[in-house]
Amino acid sequence: MNNTGDVVVRCRNLFKTYDGKVEAVRGLDLEIRLGECFGLLGPNGAGKTTTIEILEGLLRPTSGEVEIFGRNWDAHQRELRELLGISLQETRFSEKLTVRETLRLFSNFYERPGSPEAVMEDMALKEKADTWVGKLSGGQRQRLAVAAALVGNPRILFLDEPTTGLDPQSRRQLWEIVRQFQQRGGTVLLTTHYMDEAERLCDRLAIIDQGKIIAEGTPAELIKRYCGQNMVEFAVTPALDGTGRELWQALPGVESVHEEDGLTLLSVREAHHTIPALLDAVAERGWRLVHLTTRQASLEDVFVHLTGRHLRDE
Amino acid sequence: MKVEEQAGLTPARPGASAPHSARSNGRWAGYRGLLTARMKELWREPEVVFWVFVFPLLLALGLGIAFRDKPAGVTSIAVVAGPGARRIINWLEASPQHAGIHADMLSEGEAFNRFRLGKYALVVIPQAEGGVRYRYDPARPESVLARAQVDDALQAAAGRKDLVATSSETAMEPGSRYIDFLIPGLLGMNLMNSGMWGIGFALVDMRQRKLLKRYLATPMRRSDFLLALSSSRLVLMLIEVALLLGFGMLVFHMRVLGSLLTILLIGTVGALSFGGLGLLTASRAQKIETVSGLINVVMLPMWVFSGVFFSYERFPAMLLPFIKALPLTALNDALRATILEGAPLAAQGTRLAIMAIWGGLSFLLAVKWFRWI
Ligand SMILES: Nc1ncnc2c1ncn2[C@@H]1O[C@H](COP(=O)(O)OP(=O)(O)OP(=O)(O)O)[C@@H](O)[C@H]1O
Ligand SMILES: [Mg+2]
Repeated sequence: MNNTGDVVVRCRNLFKTYDGKVEAVRGLDLEIRLGECFGLLGPNGAGKTTTIEILEGLLRPTSGEVEIFGRNWDAHQRELRELLGISLQETRFSEKLTVRETLRLFSNFYERPGSPEAVMEDMALKEKADTWVGKLSGGQRQRLAVAAALVGNPRILFLDEPTTGLDPQSRRQLWEIVRQFQQRGGTVLLTTHYMDEAERLCDRLAIIDQGKIIAEGTPAELIKRYCGQNMVEFAVTPALDGTGRELWQALPGVESVHEEDGLTLLSVREAHHTIPALLDAVAERGWRLVHLTTRQASLEDVFVHLTGRHLRDE
Repeated sequence: MKVEEQAGLTPARPGASAPHSARSNGRWAGYRGLLTARMKELWREPEVVFWVFVFPLLLALGLGIAFRDKPAGVTSIAVVAGPGARRIINWLEASPQHAGIHADMLSEGEAFNRFRLGKYALVVIPQAEGGVRYRYDPARPESVLARAQVDDALQAAAGRKDLVATSSETAMEPGSRYIDFLIPGLLGMNLMNSGMWGIGFALVDMRQRKLLKRYLATPMRRSDFLLALSSSRLVLMLIEVALLLGFGMLVFHMRVLGSLLTILLIGTVGALSFGGLGLLTASRAQKIETVSGLINVVMLPMWVFSGVFFSYERFPAMLLPFIKALPLTALNDALRATILEGAPLAAQGTRLAIMAIWGGLSFLLAVKWFRWI
């Protein structure tokens, strides 16, 4: 991992207030390095789209600065547009143009575009090349949006929820496209609210909540920093209603305790030390375990740890 | 670090879309792409094809047939039954006007009733002392005509002598018929409709779809975008002019006196003027419902006042200065003067200026207010 790579996208102290009242972004700093895939992770309304559109030069921040390759949107609009490939969270392309015509149109805007045929191949749209956009399925349109971002042959890709609405196979295809793009030296910024996607795809990520970054780092770092390595999940009878909190916190290796729906969640560094102690503590008091599982900690756990809420209500 | 084997992956194809491809685009590639795409889209939209191309022709055909100037046909009149009625009918049948008059004998009530319904143009009521009374409607041209004809026939039959010998010849020429008046008006109206909808509606639709925003996210020049949109209007204008004039000439033997170049120039100014107005209506609206309402509000006064279907001279004189300041009035007048009277471009200065001012001002305001996102 190149932690010391050149910074290609940088923003400082970004604020965005809509209509003088909705504070969508409240003081945000980001640095995205050359060649990495950076993820913005957060629940609905967190400010992901607002942030990414400010970086894309499509929205003006209320205050704050944005720099891309050392250039800014006011002075270098055209140059920067040549370097960026963008897919918005929602675009409905002209329904009466075919996939191929749409991609040709977009490739016409760039000085040195990629080939629409190759991009269609990459995005598995070849079969639909001559189909009107109006007749594509939701997932195919989503892929077309990403294809339109790629066809300008960009150096940086900005993708706002590129995999929402895709089936698992298409999602994995998209991940692969992103990796290929990185291998050719490209830099990627994407937003998502899929934890597994962020964990597998992103080199680094920032978790955003209510317009602020609440944690930033590689997925592994974040998990380690906030949740230890493992999660131990259990329930006891009689129900304790939160009264056992201090007891659990005192067990060896426990980093944090979280309770929900009658379950207790411990994030622990080493499960093989914690679990015997847990079993002893329960037995000593004459309680009974009705449920016990351990698993690898995930970003979801990080989010729950940081905000006390789940990222998505499933 | 994240290399995993997955099913269904596209294998990496080195060089397929390498960062520095050999393709390169010239200055106008974006403009050409936008224009081509726009024309394809228009062509694939059945509503556009119908409203822009088919509907005006249907309208011309329908109105042209309904209001065709036919030679005055046979006029039906009623003679109220009673003493003297038979004699009147005999006189009429023997008169030189007999070919144009058909007389029926009916009871008074029946005759008046059918006259009221328009079946008869005139009711002749024989009077006791041998004279006749006419019942006619001075507001109905055929009624006035019938009265004059019948009176002539009866007076002559009763022994009146004409004091001046007269003869007449008939004249009915293309150029003065209703269809000749109508076609330039329809052309003007069509240029207005397609300009306002083709620019105004299309833009708001793109804004609503976030497509404008998506275009802005590319290096596309905004001026190219507007230029392509206007160019597509001009291409459509050419087709509209050719279709309507060609139709008029072929089907109604209309004569076009002015030069085609002048007509096309006027069409261009008109199309751009309404394009500017369309752009203005679309400059801020976020929803197609909003822009549809705006477009109709702008167009309604012109449908009524600008002399598409009938001459605006019928409106009170005090309204005429306002009517003449409307862009569609200017366009219709200019088209009629050129097509029907062969007026040269030089004689159209004021009308062209009116259109240019409307279009130019709208364009400037639209660009100032325009919301791309
Ligand atoms: N044009 C706008 N006008 C007013 N408020 C807005 C506008 N766009 C977004 N907001 C508000 O700003 C906040 C952040 O919105 P944003 O779209 O950035 O969230 P997001 O993280 O992208 O959410 P999602 O995951 O649902 O896409 C929300 O509260 C939203 O209601
Ligand atoms: Mg969003």
